[in-house]
Amino acid sequence: MDAQIAALLAQDGFTNGAIYALLALALVLVFAVTRVIFVPSGELVSYGTLTLAALDAGKTPGMVKLLVGAAVLATVIEVVSTLRRREARRLLPRVLLWGGVPLAIAALVTWAAPLKPPLFAQVLLTLAAVGALGPLLYRIVYQPIADASVLVLLIVSVALHLVLAGLGLYFFGAEGSRTPAFASAQLAVGSMTFSAQSLFVVATSALAIVVLYVLFNRTLYGKALRATAVNRIGARLVGIAPDFAGTVTFTLAALLCAFCGVLIGPITTVYYDSGFLISLKGFVGAIIGGLVSYPLAAAGALFVGLIEAFASFYASAFKEVIVFTLIIPVLLWRSLTSHHHEEDE
Amino acid sequence: MIPKQSRRAGVALALAASLAAPLAWADINVGVVLSATGPAASLGIPEKNTIELLPTAIAGQKVNWIVLDDGSDTTKAVTNARKLIAEDKVDVIVGSTITPASLAMIDVAAEAGVPMISMAASAKIVDPANPKTKWIFKTPQNDSLMADAIVASMKANGVKTVGYIGFADAYGDGWLGEMQRSTKAAGIEIVATEKYNRTDSSVTGQVLKLVAAKPDAILIGAAGTPGATPQKELVARGYKGKIYQTHGVANPDFLRVVGKDGDGTLLPVGPMLVYEQLPDTNPLKKTGHDYVSKYEEKFGTRSTFGGHAWDAYQLLAQAIPAALKAGQPGTAAFRTGLRDALEKDDVAGAHGVFVMSPGNHNGLDERARVMVRIQDGKWVVVK
Repeated sequence: MDAQIAALLAQDGFTNGAIYALLALALVLVFAVTRVIFVPSGELVSYGTLTLAALDAGKTPGMVKLLVGAAVLATVIEVVSTLRRREARRLLPRVLLWGGVPLAIAALVTWAAPLKPPLFAQVLLTLAAVGALGPLLYRIVYQPIADASVLVLLIVSVALHLVLAGLGLYFFGAEGSRTPAFASAQLAVGSMTFSAQSLFVVATSALAIVVLYVLFNRTLYGKALRATAVNRIGARLVGIAPDFAGTVTFTLAALLCAFCGVLIGPITTVYYDSGFLISLKGFVGAIIGGLVSYPLAAAGALFVGLIEAFASFYASAFKEVIVFTLIIPVLLWRSLTSHHHEEDE
Repeated sequence: MIPKQSRRAGVALALAASLAAPLAWADINVGVVLSATGPAASLGIPEKNTIELLPTAIAGQKVNWIVLDDGSDTTKAVTNARKLIAEDKVDVIVGSTITPASLAMIDVAAEAGVPMISMAASAKIVDPANPKTKWIFKTPQNDSLMADAIVASMKANGVKTVGYIGFADAYGDGWLGEMQRSTKAAGIEIVATEKYNRTDSSVTGQVLKLVAAKPDAILIGAAGTPGATPQKELVARGYKGKIYQTHGVANPDFLRVVGKDGDGTLLPVGPMLVYEQLPDTNPLKKTGHDYVSKYEEKFGTRSTFGGHAWDAYQLLAQAIPAALKAGQPGTAAFRTGLRDALEKDDVAGAHGVFVMSPGNHNGLDERARVMVRIQDGKWVVVK
């Protein structure tokens, strides 16, 4: 292997690692605030790519049906719970929030799809459509069982993963899609060439991480989420509604997942079921961060991307084995070094 | 008590009547197991569509097509086969879509003495060395037949060294094995072999290693749109040699995903894909048209995988009249008669001419393959 091949592999590793890092952040975020291991994140990645691909082809993405169905269901649940609590005067804003916003997004996507808007607008539509699924899934699936044990939440996540994967096949079909590249130029620096696409992925991932950092450290909402993550009961005592924290968290996570889908679309062919493997690699990164530390999770995900790139060069038949075996020494190391604390349940 | 008893008697009477009526002239039950969901869904869906096109009567007998989905899962395929035999009392099983599931169903079909027509590719399914495969037939071309076509084309193009990148599964390994056999006979050397997975987000590492070995040609052993991933990477890395694909990618979605990076790629396909370009003297032009025109009228663009289901019907349509002479549908005599008749089939289907014999339960020959080149997003027959 010469320096040029090593540089190309490193570039490939960093590009994929940056995408895994975003997913790792989403997983850590969701787990920290709601204790949910967000297995369906992979499906949201696939939905992101395939929705963008459908918009690019001028077709209405099938997942709009899911958006409408979920919005109707969430509205019904909200109306029933509002009336039960005798809070009738809050009915209208809640109906507008849970039913009106997602339905408006669905209508906008359906209206804009045949017009073939520019790529940037397509990306925004994709983020809105897939991002809106996050809070709806939380409202319908997780909020009613928010106090259940981690194991129950995990089992529900696996079930939701299977449901979303099946719906993905129904919405997008069995064949994969690619989306057009955001930038096709090649930049030459000395003897090295960088593809503009890779630089774009790394730069936008870094930007997203900075935005998240600012959000969590400089804004009241971000601090509220962090407070919930540190101590749920304490946060409740000082007036932070856990349902609100969960909703915001799932919105952010769904947006991150959809954004990963948008970034990965031009790099590889994405299928309705390929998100799961991508999110598993993000999960390995998140585990390296112990499911609590954002910087460690991001670094772990970059590490996974690099290992994957070099493993595919040296021993392509064992690439996945190498990547997933990585988790064993990490778990050993973490269980030996960190203090084990029983969860209070 | 009395009403309950009389109701029971009524039910028994109705049951007896319903059993007695078909005994006089029973329907033929065909059990179909295919992979309409899961990783092989792009193969299974056109097969399922094709089953919908099939007539509900053969030789004046009513035929029931009972379709079950195995989700591309071997265990589920076996469960489905058992269910079809035990509950639906099928006379013949068509399926499954992929090789691992088909191999696992052999035991079930052979044990119950039910003939089975697989729509999966591997030659192992009808391996004559295995006594159970007496009951098993299959419609797709053997990998060896297609591999020989690729190697012949390589030889004609003056290729001396070949690189191989394929799926890290039975499909990729099977093709690698066939290529090793076929290239050895032709005096071509395989200088690099790499593996990748269908869902890999990048194949940069493998492709860099392949290109570094500087082969004259590269074969990609993949099925469906995942075959486009290494191809696009090869083009991006400036590989200038010939790129070959297998017939597994011969669907419109592959053309859509690979785009202009696919131009110049060579691959062997079943004749139905390009029947319009065949000479009028070729009998497969007509049979290809028969199937493709029916399919495209209802479901849009043709898929070669659907053709395998159509060919299973062609085999049955020729064998059933002879089998009816051997016994009533639903009896062991009919099933044995059907097996014997299938073994004597000589029929032109969408993919080729099937000439069955006790030693060959696939029956396809060189007529079942055509070399094509991808040109401007179309399949063009190489003359």
